[in-house]
Amino acid sequence: MKSLGKYLLFISSLFKNRESFKTYVKLTLDECMLVGINSIVLVGLVSLFIGAVSTLQTAYNLVNPLIPDSVVGLVVRDLTILELAPTITAIIFAGKVGSSIAGNLGTMRITEQIDALEVMGINSSSYLVLPKIVGTLIMYPLLVILAGVLAIFGGFLAAKFGGVVSTADYFMGLKMDFNQFTVSFALIKSVVFGFLVSSISSYMGFFTRGGALEVGQASTRAVTVSCIAILFSDFILAQLLLVR
Amino acid sequence: MIEVKNLVKSFDDKVVLDDISVKFEKGKTNLIIGASGSGKSVMLKNIVGLFKPDSGDILYDGRDFINAHRDLKTDIRREIGMLFQGGALFDSMTVEQNVKFPLDILTKMPEEEKLDRVNFCLKRVKLENTNKRMPSEISGGMQKRVGIARAIVNSSQYLFCDEPNSGLDPITSIKIDRLLAEITEEYQITTVIVTHDMNSVMEIGEYIMFLSNSHKLWEGNSDDIMHSGVQELDEFVFANKMMRKFRDQ
Ligand SMILES: Nc1ncnc2c1ncn2[C@@H]1O[C@H](COP(=O)(O)OP(=O)(O)OP(=O)(O)O)[C@@H](O)[C@H]1O
Ligand SMILES: [Mg+2]
Repeated sequence: MKSLGKYLLFISSLFKNRESFKTYVKLTLDECMLVGINSIVLVGLVSLFIGAVSTLQTAYNLVNPLIPDSVVGLVVRDLTILELAPTITAIIFAGKVGSSIAGNLGTMRITEQIDALEVMGINSSSYLVLPKIVGTLIMYPLLVILAGVLAIFGGFLAAKFGGVVSTADYFMGLKMDFNQFTVSFALIKSVVFGFLVSSISSYMGFFTRGGALEVGQASTRAVTVSCIAILFSDFILAQLLLVR
Repeated sequence: MIEVKNLVKSFDDKVVLDDISVKFEKGKTNLIIGASGSGKSVMLKNIVGLFKPDSGDILYDGRDFINAHRDLKTDIRREIGMLFQGGALFDSMTVEQNVKFPLDILTKMPEEEKLDRVNFCLKRVKLENTNKRMPSEISGGMQKRVGIARAIVNSSQYLFCDEPNSGLDPITSIKIDRLLAEITEEYQITTVIVTHDMNSVMEIGEYIMFLSNSHKLWEGNSDDIMHSGVQELDEFVFANKMMRKFRDQ
């Protein structure tokens, strides 16, 4: 509870005493690059395989002759958009980007780089953290879209080369009963998750005390707490937006 | 001039600084000395505003720093240069970018003028041709000197150094000490240096305050320090054999 209060204070401190807008734009672009480069390969690879595996497994479980093969496409599509792309990617993202944010800020803290910024009269939390959060808010939804596309493409590859379902059936399934709201829902989720991962990891890194050992611990804690927050908010968002 | 009045700072129940009052004059190298853990770094961090004192006042040329409005506080901070115990260079930036950083953030100088100023300061600390290197690629002594260049680049009025020569060989240490003394004299800035190195004390100590058990036990200059009559200070000063030999001659 005390940490939650400190976390909220930390978030509000990001908006005080800011440097010039131009500085922020530059820093944010740098962060976007970093976030993208850090996570794109792993996210892409995981999505491709998850899409492929979901296709194979769904097809394997469809033994009832009354259910058409095209259902595989539908299941993979909904699974991907609703859960796999935004949530699984968030977990990977927490592991890659969250730990690197916490490690980076933690190192800056223990080597007094953050103090050096403060002495220069710079609001260090805003200067260092705001670009990371904004950069993540821009990049993470894009990653989720990429993950979704790649997962569905992975499913297509599995259909084509795995031989469990024809590609025509797969495509038909993809188009069946499509509800556009699922895409909006995925994007809402990705914004929330992106914010949670970047702000929680920044918080953990920014308040590191001690030495190299504590920086490692801060990174691990950033990933753990981010994952818990993701799963918890995933549940709440589903409850709020999907259950009527 | 920096005036510290009745400064008190404690962490939880542990009092680290108890009622410290001291004046650091302009154009002089002022030293804070004391054993490890005596609160030297904490004192420096209170003076520059990285810690908030429990009570007491800090005046920068008469300007109240502790109770200052945010704008004045920022103004004063922008006149401060600080060298941290470990250098605290930004490790994602080159040497040149590190030294240029305060100018980028605090001034509206044109780029060329900034680079001139950066090169001037790097030359001042005897570091030419390192502009494009990363902090991780240069030695500890060079990092400290880059730190000094960064601290003086924006023509700081107040210079703080936390153990500028810890971990350095005696020759490099003396060079850095002399450099700090020269800069102080040349630009008439108020310099405060934290150290526990007796060589520095003898070399550049124009004003020295001795911190022990959270109190200011003694103040004076490098001539008087040998005959302070304060037992704790004698233990500190004559801890090494060379100083004892020197005394016994
Ligand atoms: N952030 C902090 N929280 C709690 N206690 C602290 C903090 N910073 C310093 N202290 C305590 O204050 C005391 C003085 O520490 P300080 O770092 O000022 O010593 P020092 O004189 O600079 O020592 P050294 O010469 O080893 O650098 C120590 O007992 C330390 O444990
Ligand atoms: Mg210290």
